[in-house]
Parts: sequence; structure tokens; C-alpha cells
Amino acid sequence: MTFWNDPINYIADWLRGVFMGWGITAGPANVITALIGIVVIILFALAIAIALVWVERKVVARFQDRLGPNRIGPFGLFQPFADIVKLIIKEDITPAGADKVVFNMAPVISLASVILIWAIVPLASKIYGADINVGVLYLVAVGSFGTLSVIMAGWASNNKYALIGAFRMVATMISYEIPMVVALMIPTIIAGTMSVKGITQAQSNLWFVFLSPLGLLLFIISAIAELGRSPFDLNEAESEIVAGFHIEYTGMKFGLFYAGELLHAFTFGGFMAVLFFGGYGGFFGLEKLSAFAWLSNPFIELVVFLLKALIGYWVIMWVKYSMPRIRIDHMLTFNWKFLTPLAFVLLMMTALFDKLLAPTQFYVPGMFLSNILLAWIVIEILRKYSKRERIEQEKPAEPVIQAAHH
Amino acid sequence: MQSEWLYIGLFLVIGIIVPIVPLVASHFLAPHKPNPIKQSTYECGIETVGESWVQFKAQYYIFALVFLIFDVETVFLFPWALALGKLPLFAVLEGIIFILILIAGLTFTWRKGLLEWA
Amino acid sequence: MTPDQIIFLLCAALIVGSALMVVTTKNLVHAALWLVATLFGVAILYGLLQAGFLALVQVVVYIGAIAVLFIFAVMLTRREMRDKGTQVNHNWGISALLALLTFGGLAFILSSWVGFSSTAKAIPAGTDTLMMLGKALVSPDAYVLPFEVASILLLAALVGAVYIATSSKE
Repeated sequence: MTFWNDPINYIADWLRGVFMGWGITAGPANVITALIGIVVIILFALAIAIALVWVERKVVARFQDRLGPNRIGPFGLFQPFADIVKLIIKEDITPAGADKVVFNMAPVISLASVILIWAIVPLASKIYGADINVGVLYLVAVGSFGTLSVIMAGWASNNKYALIGAFRMVATMISYEIPMVVALMIPTIIAGTMSVKGITQAQSNLWFVFLSPLGLLLFIISAIAELGRSPFDLNEAESEIVAGFHIEYTGMKFGLFYAGELLHAFTFGGFMAVLFFGGYGGFFGLEKLSAFAWLSNPFIELVVFLLKALIGYWVIMWVKYSMPRIRIDHMLTFNWKFLTPLAFVLLMMTALFDKLLAPTQFYVPGMFLSNILLAWIVIEILRKYSKRERIEQEKPAEPVIQAAHH
Repeated sequence: MQSEWLYIGLFLVIGIIVPIVPLVASHFLAPHKPNPIKQSTYECGIETVGESWVQFKAQYYIFALVFLIFDVETVFLFPWALALGKLPLFAVLEGIIFILILIAGLTFTWRKGLLEWA
Repeated sequence: MTPDQIIFLLCAALIVGSALMVVTTKNLVHAALWLVATLFGVAILYGLLQAGFLALVQVVVYIGAIAVLFIFAVMLTRREMRDKGTQVNHNWGISALLALLTFGGLAFILSSWVGFSSTAKAIPAGTDTLMMLGKALVSPDAYVLPFEVASILLLAALVGAVYIATSSKE
């Protein structure tokens, strides 16, 4: 084992040796080493969040035909640091009538709920926090703390807008959790494991997006809703309820919500890569050739993972800056009458085809074509439905015109 | 196994401490000069009317109720989905029957007009 | 004391302490949040017992769904309904006595149970308990009937919810 083929364990072993050399027994030495590892992972995640502030601002500027930050440092790269200093030295206002304890807890829980996901993110085959056998469900479980933080913030602010925003946000988050859970079940079925590392390894020859493109679509839509980003940003809806649940937050507390949101979006981009695009690996078996063996180097894998996550994040941004906000009734109708039934049908289809076709050579084309077929049927149904809606909407206009003729 | 959950536990503790650090820094570095106008509820400059605890549509509660039931059902499906590759065909069909009952519930709720936002 | 025992004791203190806060706090939303703390403590206990799946299910269902449902329900009430009135009625003495008797009875019965004095058999290393659970849930000689009945039961709960919701509308 050298630093280059297994950096984390190499450093951990060295640290353990140092601590034991100081006369600490093996148990506490392990715990201290783990603690250092955790701090490193969290700081890495936060460093990404800081970089994302710049990425987000630059990209939105380009989408809106502006330049974006370009004053501080080259290409405005140091803008986020100026932002952090500003946020820290800004006066922190707690509105009168707010529930102080809950008000202060909410941003902490919000960011912590995102940081917690990083405990299982598989950055590379040998760089990850914990490889738990229920990783996929862990993502959902940690998300429920995010929901909780939103409702705490909205309620404790003692502000009507905040409460309305919180209610909308929670209604969105819990509704879209059902298609999200089903979308997570599809890689589970195909890989036969819930461990995110296991799912990544199962894709070393073929990405799951080729087996279940509809599953990916479900995951992207429900992830965007879970994030509360446009077109599902009716929780913030700056034109009607100003900023929603974090309207009363100032200074660093707002900063925590903001960092949490950006990091959450990036993390979901990463999970998009992990669940459907092969995560840190997925070179279609290329790394097994001796000429491409360097692909399974942990540093290369880390770069590949971050790039894929960034592409996923870019898709989320692309949707955010291109789509108008939808109404709450449309949001709920879309979920319960369209996405949820579709998710369940897709789940049944995936389960059945996975069982029937798994050992045969028809597996990959069968799974892919069944997904395409289902998508086509759904589009046909939608077309029929919208046609009927259109005819029905045009109908009441006729009697009025006839009445005018008489 | 145990060590992985211990790791998650440690992660939880540090994950809560880390966001508190900038808040503490801000507490010492930021000015603190409260006054009644600054602390008043922000409603775009308009004076606040009535209580901020407004009553909500009962519809939110109904959606939460429907969600709860589906959430519990999907949790049952996770072990099934995981073991699917090693199950005989009829066991897979049992899971599908489970999902069909779920869909029946959704259809029933839909027909009864509970999924309407009105 | 082993680290496991220390974590267990801290966790038990969290559960009992926040459970007490649930029933004594006057603010309904605070009560719901203390309930979240209690339920989370139980999830940690499952984690200590190496039942990771159960711990996560506890968080997903109880904190992600039931606690949110409670908070929604509280917010649907009017503000006049909170912060006023006493927490107890005149029967509190009798119910405290009954609770104490129940606790004493349970403690007495459980103290003679062998599970307390013996150590549970360790799960052999490398056993995939989750896979076993998945197989057992749909296996005809295990739990397939309860599995399908659970789905019917939840359907009944949904019908009940629909009935309550539609009758309150009229």
C-alpha cells in the first residue's frame, strides 16, 4: 500500500501508528483517527460549497447574459471569500416574537442534514466515509431532517411569509419523496444492494442509465423538488412571499441555509452520478486493460466523480434558470396524478423484467426498450388527455357566441 | 458493521458542531445594536396586520396523511427490491401484488377527489 | 463501563428526558419537536443494536412523516388553542398511580425474563441480515401473509383517512 494507490488508509495507518506511539491504546486511537477523517471530509464538502457559490453566480450570470462576479481576483474567483467575511461581520437580527432557540437551531440542522449525506458519498473506491448496507435509504432518512429544519425555520420566525413558504416547501418535499424513493429502488433492484459503493461497482461495465432512463428522469425531477429549486421553488417565490422560510434570517444564519442549499444540489448531482452514471468508476470495463489501469487510481476516480457530480449539478442549474415557477396545485397534481403512478408502474416493470431477463442476452436491450415503450405510452396518454382538455376548454365559449347572434 | 454505525454517529456529532462554528464567530465579530424597528416582522415595509400564525388549508394535512401511508408502504418494499435477484418468480409477483394494492389505494383517493387542491 | 453502555445511557436519558418534555411543555410545536428528539433517540438505540435498516426506517417514517404530520395538525389549529389552560385535569393523581403500577408490573415481569441475564448470540460475521429480511418477507414459509396483510391494512387506513377528510368537508 502506497500513498498513491490508497491515500486515505495510508494516512490513517500512519496516524494510528503515531497515536499508539504516544501510548494511546488501539480503541481510542481508531476513534481519534476516524474523527480526523470526518473533519477532513466535512471541510472538503464545505470547500466545495464555497467554490459552488462562485460557480452558481457565474453560471446564472451567463444564463441571464451578464458577466457575474469579475472584480475580486481572476474571474472573480475570490468573491466567495469576500461573501463569507461579509456574512460573518453582518449584524444578526432576531425578529421580535421569534422563538429564539428553534430559530437558531433551524439553520444548523439544515446544513448538518446536508453534511451528514457526505458520510456515505463514495468519492473513490478507496475514499469514502462509511459503506453502510442501507446507503440508499440513508439518503432519504437524512433528507427528513432537512424537511424538519424548514418547518422549524418557518414556524420560529413568527412571520406569515415564512410560515407559508415553509408549508409549501414541506408539502413539496413530502409529496416528491414517494417518486424519489421509488427511483432509488430501481438501482437497488438492478444492483441487488442498497450500498452506494455496491451500486457504483455494479455499474463498472454498464451505466444504469442505459437500463432505466426513466428511473433517472424520475430521480432528477424528484431531486429538484426535494431541493426546492425552480420550477419547484414556490417555497421561496420571491415575487409573492419574498424569500419564504428564511425571510427573517440575516448574516451567517442565512449563509448556512444558502451553503446548505448549494451543497445539497451538488450532492444530488453526485448521487445522480452514483446511481445512474457509474459514480467514480463506470469506464465500461476499460480499466481492466493494462493500458488503462491508471483509471482505477483513487485520485483519478475522485476527479471523475467530482466531474460527473458537477455535470449533474449543472443540469439542476440549467433547469433552475430556464423554467418558470409552477403553481402549488399543479405541483401537487403533477406529483400525485402523474409521477407517483408512473413511478409505481416503472417499479413493477423493472422488477418483472429484471427477474425474467436477468441471465439472458436480452437483458440490456429488453430493459432499455421497455423503458422507451413505457415513456411512449405515457406521452400518448398525456397527448390524448391534453387534447380532451383543450376541446373541453373551447366548448363553453360556443354558447356565448351563439347567444350574441340571436 | 458496528464500527460503521459508530462512524455515522461521530459524523453526526461533528456535522452539528461544524455549522455552529461560523455562528459563534459571527456572534463575536458582528455588531449587535437591536432596535424595535429593526426587529419588527418583515413584510416588505408594510405594517404587520394580525397574528403571524395564520390558519392553513386542511388540504396540506390530507396530503401529509396520504404521504404517510405511502411512505410506510414503500419502506416495506426496500428489502424486497434488494433481495429481488435471489427470489423465485412467484415471490417477485407477491411484491407486485403489494404494489398493485398500493395503486388501488391511490386510485381510490384520486376518485374520491382528495388529490384536488380545492 | 464499555463505550456501548455509555452511549446507551446517554441515549436513554435523551429519550426519557425529551419524552417528559413532550408532556410537560405548554407549546404544542415544542412538544412535537421534543417528540422528534425522543424518536431520534430510539433510532440511535436501533443503531446500537446493529439494526441499521430499522434505525433508518424509524427516522424516515417517524421523523420524516409522522412528526411532520403532527406539526401540520398543530398548525391547522388556531392560536387561541395553545399556551392556555393547565396541562392536567383533576384525575392526574390516579393516572400517575396507574402508570407507576404498569411500569412496576412490567419491570417485575421482565426482571424474571432470561433475556436480561444472558447475552444474545452474536450474528455470524458476513451475514447479510437485510437480504434475509427481504427473502423472509416474501417467502411462503415465513412472512408473506403478514406482508400482504400489511398492505391491506394500510389500504384500510387510507380509506379511513379519505372518509374522515371527505366527511369533514361537508
